[in-house]
Amino acid sequence: MTTPTLHFGRRRAWDQAPRWQIHLPLALYLLFTLVPFYWILLFALRPAGSTSLVPWPITFEHFAKVWTERSFATYFQNSVLIAVATLVLTTVVALAGGYALARFDFRAKKGFMLGLLCSQFVPGALLLVPLFQIFAQLRMINSLGSVIIAETVFQLPLSMILISGFIRNVPYSLEEAAWVDGCDRFRAFRTVVLPLLRPGLVAVGSFAFVHAWNHFLFALMFLSNQEKQTIPVGLNTLMGADSVDLGALAAGGVIAAVPVVIVFAYIQKWLITGFSAGAVKG
Amino acid sequence: MAQAAAVAESPPRARPRRGTGAHPRRLPYLLIAPAGLLMLGFIVYPVLSVFWTALQHDNPTKPWRNGFAGLDNFTEIFARDPQFWSTLSFSLKWVVVEVGLQLLFGLALALIVNQTFAGRALARALVFSPWAVSGVLTSAIWVLLYNSQTGLSRYLADAGIGEYGTSWLSDTATVFPAVVVADLWRGVPFFAILILADLQSVSKDLYEAAEVDGASRLRQFLHITLPHLKDAIILSTLLRAVWEFNNVDLLYTLTGGGPAGETTTLPLYIANTSVDAHNFGYASALTTVAFVILLCCSMVYLRLSKFGGGDK
Repeated sequence: MTTPTLHFGRRRAWDQAPRWQIHLPLALYLLFTLVPFYWILLFALRPAGSTSLVPWPITFEHFAKVWTERSFATYFQNSVLIAVATLVLTTVVALAGGYALARFDFRAKKGFMLGLLCSQFVPGALLLVPLFQIFAQLRMINSLGSVIIAETVFQLPLSMILISGFIRNVPYSLEEAAWVDGCDRFRAFRTVVLPLLRPGLVAVGSFAFVHAWNHFLFALMFLSNQEKQTIPVGLNTLMGADSVDLGALAAGGVIAAVPVVIVFAYIQKWLITGFSAGAVKG
Repeated sequence: MAQAAAVAESPPRARPRRGTGAHPRRLPYLLIAPAGLLMLGFIVYPVLSVFWTALQHDNPTKPWRNGFAGLDNFTEIFARDPQFWSTLSFSLKWVVVEVGLQLLFGLALALIVNQTFAGRALARALVFSPWAVSGVLTSAIWVLLYNSQTGLSRYLADAGIGEYGTSWLSDTATVFPAVVVADLWRGVPFFAILILADLQSVSKDLYEAAEVDGASRLRQFLHITLPHLKDAIILSTLLRAVWEFNNVDLLYTLTGGGPAGETTTLPLYIANTSVDAHNFGYASALTTVAFVILLCCSMVYLRLSKFGGGDK
């Protein structure tokens, strides 16, 4: 059977580099990216004391150990709670604020925008002491709520700026048409604008999730009770031990990476379009 | 995808109108209220309280001295605190080296994965993946790699490179490059993702016209690609510089600021002063100084780089 032969790529495209100029640097960079990942998998999967560069025979003893003895089961649960709550809170609050910034001119708008931009320079790490005092007064030390609020607050400014950019990209006339058809403002927003915002919301929401999942200092400072601690704090404890159990550390690291890797795989294709839909250029 | 395209092609925003919908005057304030209140309570108030505490002697371990201090804390910082100057200069070195290298590699990486080749989607996913990894996890990974007994150096020594028992993190000569590489591993994808996103909007006609005029690929890059990327590069380097300056996760967990204070940044020094030494007044003054330095540097940077003013 003969198939028609198509001559793609015979003529070099306008911006196409020679093959080796792509493959060689890419291969080198992939090596740099992947060796560390391989290293942690290797330590997590090979038996303690082994020096083999291949994780064989595979063992799950390190995972069992961190999950039960080192309380990573508890940490995991806390981290999930914090990250999901931060995602929901950040997205909802930023969506409301972002809509106001995109669709209205109001007197406090300039000042509010300036405040959002300035807050980018306020490092959460430097506000640990006053934040600790506030949460102590609210009796929220050792409650996950303190970390959820702190993570949300520091995610809000950028999320709101991004979301207002996405909303601006949706023509206002679409909403107005819905009003003419008898929708009120909220319903018009929900049925017309919200579906178009999906890529942007996925990007913002997963930022918030990944950030809250990864962040370390707030949990370290506000949650001293071991029952309340999170995965990054648990990892830090493993690293700080007098004789570091490398297998346990590696297994803990793999557990820490799993949810983020899943989220990342899911949003990857939206990441580029989400940003190019007017985020960076505002 | 179709949705994203529809979004991107939409005309510039319509002018907001008053008088449509419910309560249009109060509505925007209602909508920004949750965000505004959260930020007032947990950013603005703490910042003001830091400024106020900076003017106090506030140290629970020396309660007899507590009280209004005027500018005492600030004169001590500038006149009598060698640690302030050494940690500040390390911070600057850290930020310049990290942001510079991350931008360089990120730009190169974005240009490479913007080409069309087989397996591009997989290559993108793999090289971008460290972006999502936390500072603490990065530390955990590089602690394993740098371990003197079972890390890379052992296998390199097996192959005849270097000596057994080399610990890159505890030697003052190697600790800086070691932490720079660890942070690069996580930081390069940030720039690569942002720059790649911006590359999507370069008009292909420009390259075709340049091709017709016989411009080399280097000239196309210098005269079409770079000017297009300018604003995105300025903004992302600024955001990243602020972030690298403030971020303490990686250095705190990887080196703890050591060996011998060799990798202590200003924020780490502040954290030690407040959390370990409980010298809240002095730590607040240091925070104020750091905040002012950041703000001034950002202003100067935006002004010098003429952000947003380019004619493209």
